[in-house]
Amino acid sequence: MAFEPKIIGFLCNWCSYTGADLAGVSRIKSAPNVRVIRTMCSGRVDPAFVLKAFQLGADGVIVMGCHLGDCHYQEGNYKTIRRIPFLKRLVKDFGIDPRRLRLEWVSASEGDRFAAIVNEMTEEIRNLGPLKLYAHNDIQQPVAHH
Amino acid sequence: MVTINIDGKAVEVLEDTTILKAAEKAGVWVPTMCHSEYCEPYGVCRLCSVEVVRGKRSRIVTACNFPVRGGMTVRTNSEKIKWLRKIIMELMLSRWPNVKVVREMAERVGAGKPRFVSLERDEAEDACILCGTCVNMCNDVVKAEVLGFAHTGIQRKVVLPFDERSDQCIVCGACAHVCPTGHIKMVLEDYRGKKSEFTLGPKTPIYVPTLQAVPRVPVIDTKSCIYFQTGGCETCAKVCEPNAINFKMEDEFVDIEVGQVLVTTGFDLFDASKMAQYGYGRLDNVYSSLEFESILNSTGPTGGKVVMKNGKEPRAVGIIHCIGSRDINHHPYCSRVCCMYALKFAHLVRDRTNAAIYQFYIDMRAFGKGYEEFYNRLLDEGVTMIRGKAAEIVEGAWSGNGEPSLKIRCEDTLIGKFREIPVDMVVLCNAIEPRENSDAIKRLFSISKSPDGFFLERHPKLDPTSTATEGVFIAGCAQGPKDIPDTVAQAASAAARILSVISKGEVEIEPIRAEVQEEYCSGCKICNGLCPYGAIEFIEDKKVSHVNEALCKGCGTCVAACPSGAMTGAGFTDEQILAELDGLMM
Repeated sequence: MAFEPKIIGFLCNWCSYTGADLAGVSRIKSAPNVRVIRTMCSGRVDPAFVLKAFQLGADGVIVMGCHLGDCHYQEGNYKTIRRIPFLKRLVKDFGIDPRRLRLEWVSASEGDRFAAIVNEMTEEIRNLGPLKLYAHNDIQQPVAHH
Repeated sequence: MVTINIDGKAVEVLEDTTILKAAEKAGVWVPTMCHSEYCEPYGVCRLCSVEVVRGKRSRIVTACNFPVRGGMTVRTNSEKIKWLRKIIMELMLSRWPNVKVVREMAERVGAGKPRFVSLERDEAEDACILCGTCVNMCNDVVKAEVLGFAHTGIQRKVVLPFDERSDQCIVCGACAHVCPTGHIKMVLEDYRGKKSEFTLGPKTPIYVPTLQAVPRVPVIDTKSCIYFQTGGCETCAKVCEPNAINFKMEDEFVDIEVGQVLVTTGFDLFDASKMAQYGYGRLDNVYSSLEFESILNSTGPTGGKVVMKNGKEPRAVGIIHCIGSRDINHHPYCSRVCCMYALKFAHLVRDRTNAAIYQFYIDMRAFGKGYEEFYNRLLDEGVTMIRGKAAEIVEGAWSGNGEPSLKIRCEDTLIGKFREIPVDMVVLCNAIEPRENSDAIKRLFSISKSPDGFFLERHPKLDPTSTATEGVFIAGCAQGPKDIPDTVAQAASAAARILSVISKGEVEIEPIRAEVQEEYCSGCKICNGLCPYGAIEFIEDKKVSHVNEALCKGCGTCVAACPSGAMTGAGFTDEQILAELDGLMM
């Protein structure tokens, strides 16, 4: 059986969760691999949650929020954009491929975009294979930081 | 009170009044040259010399500063005095033959062709006559202490320190105001070479804002008032009979506790000098919309008459729309009100003058009740509508007439030609901009701004008067450009919302919010700065943070940041989210 990645998605209530809902309501086909946890704001996402997800065996984590400047709570997504990219660099030291952690902005009207991101990430994680957290080194190819 | 005798007339005055003032009271004319009502008597010109008689002897004194004594007899018209006045004026005439005040006074005292030849003859009409009034004003009244006299004898002249432009000069204009010959001139200069002598704003630091102001009392502009810069002048307080002027008045800071705020801070007008091609601030007779409004107003600088700077009626007026609006270089949005007030201007100019009127527009936005009908009326009144934004305004003489005027270069897109329209006056429709200090207001009330810079409403269609912050409402141009009917409607709607909350007496809030578990709080204050609503305050005596439930929106940013885990988010606690994770990963 082909490897089915387990991806945890932290979606903010106002934009990305609604966008995902829109994708569902519009019957847009997308991969079922992203398991959604709703928070009120992407700024609620504690880096500890992301690490816990990887620890429990998630092959990928995606954090989604409102576009910059559009946060329902004014500035929450600015806090997210400070935390998650930093975390991306940090997980490399834990032996986790940084491509397994992703930050995306999806607005409430972007159902298509949500589906596209989900499909794209599922494919990428599928190619990366299952997370080997306790193996010697999970990182397969040289990775560019961004 | 003492009684003295001037030229046979008895007059009673307060002791120590000067002879000059006593003569004034008696109706006797004494000529003066260096005397000014603003300053203390100077006594340098000697023209006011009079004879004071005591017994058989008499002395000649200057009337302007000699105090009266009871029983004094003064002769202002004796042969000796008349001769003295002629000599003094002939001396002045020989040095300053063309100065108006000198010639007039010489004629008045009967002085003819001077018998002297001055070594320092100055032919200028506005020569400095060394009366010293400017120096006295600057030093004693204004107390800026910039002007002074240098050298002696023939070389004596009024100078600035080191003969250079002085930074100490506060540019109050007092010297220019009192100069009897016009030697001192006020010239307004700007680094952009802007010069303006036509004041559309208040002409003095103390002024009544408009004749329709409520209350209709003068205000003092502390930035230009001399007292606030040098501690001098106070002339207004000296002349105010009921002593109503108090320079020591301080701003009062009052604390008022409120539950809700309605922000209606209005707009600023776009500065058209940023668009150099329209010549605002550089060319004469190019006005911004608000300046033209004040010209049209009967309490304005021209009393409502539409006239140019030279006082004449314009032969043609151009009104240019969209200055700074609908412009990717300045503001992409439409300022909404300009098309209609441009039509209003055209209507009033047509009403008051015979000028030809040209409107340069992109679109004609006549969106309200009766607006389109008004536009049609303007067409019937013969206003020329040119669809095409004006490219530039240049100076040029009208062919045949030869009088200097302006030319508007534009493209008339409806006929597909470039045109040059000669006009005498141009009115610009400046864009409506957010206030310069709107960022400070934004931070104070934790509200957002939309990309155009105006305050952000909660929903553009369904909730245009609320903001994302509970209890703070916006109305009027602070939220976006709009005209009076829309502003009134919006303000009334905001007031109604506010009243409904006040009448309820209590506020319903969402249960999703943050809370500090004080036993765990380490007082690091990381959360305080993170809250976009300013809902977290630090309690000094307990040294813990505390969340204001009314302000907290429950975003959870502070919960994620709390290093001690003291902050919990009701509905989205760490335990709840981790439990979800557990469930999902099973």
